[in-house]
Amino acid sequence: MSVVSLVCLSHMGRLLRFAWGMQIYLGMPRSGSIKGLTNNQLEEIGCQIILGNTYHLALHPGAELIDDIGGLHKFMNWKRALLTDSGGFQMVSLLQLADITEEGVTFQSPADGKPMLLTPEESIRIQNKIGADIIMALDDVVKTTITGPRIEEAMYRTLRWIDRCIAAHKRPEVQNLFGIVQGGLDPTLSYAIGGLAGGEDKDSFWRVVAQCTAALPEDKPRYVMGVGYPLDIVVCSALGADMYDSVYPTRTARFGTALVPEGVLKLTHMAMASDVRPIDSTCICMVCKNYTRAYIHCLVTKNAMGSQLLSYHNLSYMMRLSQDLHTSIIVGRFPEFVQGFLRAQFPKGDVPAWVCNAMEVAGIDISSCCAPFQSPLA
Amino acid sequence: MRFAVNHRCGGIGGARVGALFAGNSPIPVETPALLLSTMKGLPAFLSRDLVANLPFPGPHPLHISPIDFLHGPTPSIISSIGGLHEMLALQNCVFVASARDSIESLPESVAANKLGASFETPGGRRLVKPSDYMEIISSLKPDFWASLADEVPAWVSEKRNKASVDRTVRWLDDCIALDKTGGSNIFGAIVGGASVDERKRCATEVAKKNVRGFYIGGFGLGESMEERPSLLNTVVDSLPEEKPRQISGLALPEEVLQGVAAGIDLFDSTYIYHLTLGGLALVFPLDILEGQIFNTQLHNFGDVTKINLRATVYRKDTSPLVDNCSCYTCQNHTRAYINHLLNVHEMLAQILLEIHNTHHYLGFFRSIREAIKTDKFDLFCKKFIEGRRAHLTSSQPCYDVHESPFLSIQTN
Ligand SMILES: [Zn+2]
Ligand SMILES: [Zn+2]
Repeated sequence: MSVVSLVCLSHMGRLLRFAWGMQIYLGMPRSGSIKGLTNNQLEEIGCQIILGNTYHLALHPGAELIDDIGGLHKFMNWKRALLTDSGGFQMVSLLQLADITEEGVTFQSPADGKPMLLTPEESIRIQNKIGADIIMALDDVVKTTITGPRIEEAMYRTLRWIDRCIAAHKRPEVQNLFGIVQGGLDPTLSYAIGGLAGGEDKDSFWRVVAQCTAALPEDKPRYVMGVGYPLDIVVCSALGADMYDSVYPTRTARFGTALVPEGVLKLTHMAMASDVRPIDSTCICMVCKNYTRAYIHCLVTKNAMGSQLLSYHNLSYMMRLSQDLHTSIIVGRFPEFVQGFLRAQFPKGDVPAWVCNAMEVAGIDISSCCAPFQSPLA
Repeated sequence: MRFAVNHRCGGIGGARVGALFAGNSPIPVETPALLLSTMKGLPAFLSRDLVANLPFPGPHPLHISPIDFLHGPTPSIISSIGGLHEMLALQNCVFVASARDSIESLPESVAANKLGASFETPGGRRLVKPSDYMEIISSLKPDFWASLADEVPAWVSEKRNKASVDRTVRWLDDCIALDKTGGSNIFGAIVGGASVDERKRCATEVAKKNVRGFYIGGFGLGESMEERPSLLNTVVDSLPEEKPRQISGLALPEEVLQGVAAGIDLFDSTYIYHLTLGGLALVFPLDILEGQIFNTQLHNFGDVTKINLRATVYRKDTSPLVDNCSCYTCQNHTRAYINHLLNVHEMLAQILLEIHNTHHYLGFFRSIREAIKTDKFDLFCKKFIEGRRAHLTSSQPCYDVHESPFLSIQTN
């Protein structure tokens, strides 16, 4: 559980003012904006911190330009917190021909095809120029499907790279460096748990998170990178993680899907054409207060406005989920929150086995939610 | 709906300012006014909170095309929600309906017949009969609406043009007969293509009917900029002074000035939509009567009214789109940021551009109204057109043909 974030975030410059220890859900811009929402709208729905992809920002508009203009905060006029990743993950996942050596990650430049080298020092240099409040150390990413000595190599290399990142970090007083956990640990840093967004099965996913959080110091925030399904966030929070990010809410909005307490609602479905209820009657967002499912149904997939409105709702939903999680921890009712969440998502009691296993480790009794479905006796 | 002409401009032409009371708002829409073009009731990129933040007090008149709603929601669902105002949660906006919207619903005269008008829509070509049209209108309940028109381009035969006038006049009777309120909020549609005689015949016929205002259709469909004033004047001369006049198809600044000069009160904003999609921002001066001049130093291939934010010259430009502009975009963001958003294909670019362009064009209309009130509309037009022309003659003639109102616009 994550009351810890309340304490530790207050040490962190800009976060002190805005994030005051809520369960942080990071919005997910591709390269400096969230699909279809203005800064005002993001503030309105309670977004405290957003993530910029270093790799994309370094391509467009370029770290030098952002630096010239006065940093990413000024460039996009975002007054709350910002985080950038190391850029390494995109290179390995987007570029087939990335090659990792002790020096760094070698990849083909998307601009001219020439080989380029991203070292820990270069990653930090770029992130210092972009100027986010939280920056990430470069890690040696290995596919989660790989086993054997390569895993161990990645772990030790990531540790060596963290030392190089710390040494290269020019602005430690204004930018907080997060280390990445690839199996190994270092007591001096805040932590991001990486390598988990790559389609591993859910049972090994939660076990990795549980292992990491159990071994990490209590007073540093733990960020699980690329995790953003509502169920995953609830489980990871139970295991002691604090921060998440994902493209899921805005990406799924583009395909006409809304996030609701019961799971998902497909606005493209024909039944929506005559449904005059709001997307989620318990949601107080601008979209749910004003529009019917029928109207959004006729917009989705046809007009840009459809995904604009759904993104707005879905991000509102994620913000509310993270606030509710946080509040329930503060008031000591986290188990009840988890139970309520699971009952809404799995009304038949068919909670997946991996969730049950994770909750057992987290010490949260959810037997009332995942009892086998009781058929009424005749 | 209630309309009053408050001032007629001195000098030549029929430019006038008026006040149009409609819907729930006690504050009138001041005319000449810009009707914000929408897709299914919302401007392409502005959600209701952004509409609410547009400048100037008073209700924002929004234009909708009933044809947009042929693909849902169905009239019975719209009725059960309570009509347009409720469905869009814009209870204080004024909704104006007419079939053509120049974005997603375009008249397709080839396929029209005596039974109904034809439109090209994203869902394919649709034949719309007066009864279909009125079913949607009665569920939407716009504050006022135009009768169904058979709009034809300037190059159709005399026979086809005559038929379009006959049909449009007949459909007006049908719409009034089919309307539950007996046509109490109807604007009679006027067509007649590029023929002065047919324009006069249609306007005279429609003026005899019991209508609240007039919708002038069939412009911007291939007639030349030069022949337009006489066509507009012919129509307006046949109409009573005290009723409002709406037009479709005149959207560029110079076209708006032509329309205002002829005494038109309501225009559409499809121009803003097309600018926004193109990554363009309006930058022309709004206070030209106070001596503000066009910036002829723009790096924009010979256009002094707008800038193309995709141009690399804006990569590091940390100034707002327009200095001193009070819109959300200019108050919060730079040209460099919008250039970046366009480069990475973020929809926020269109949202920010639409906010600014809408704001700026509403400002243009306000300047027009001020000029009329002070009897300086002729001077306003002269300064505006000279500001552009001075530049056009001093530079390479490489401006965009489709954007130039001085050339006839062919819409295939
Ligand atoms: Zn909502
Ligand atoms: Zn502006």
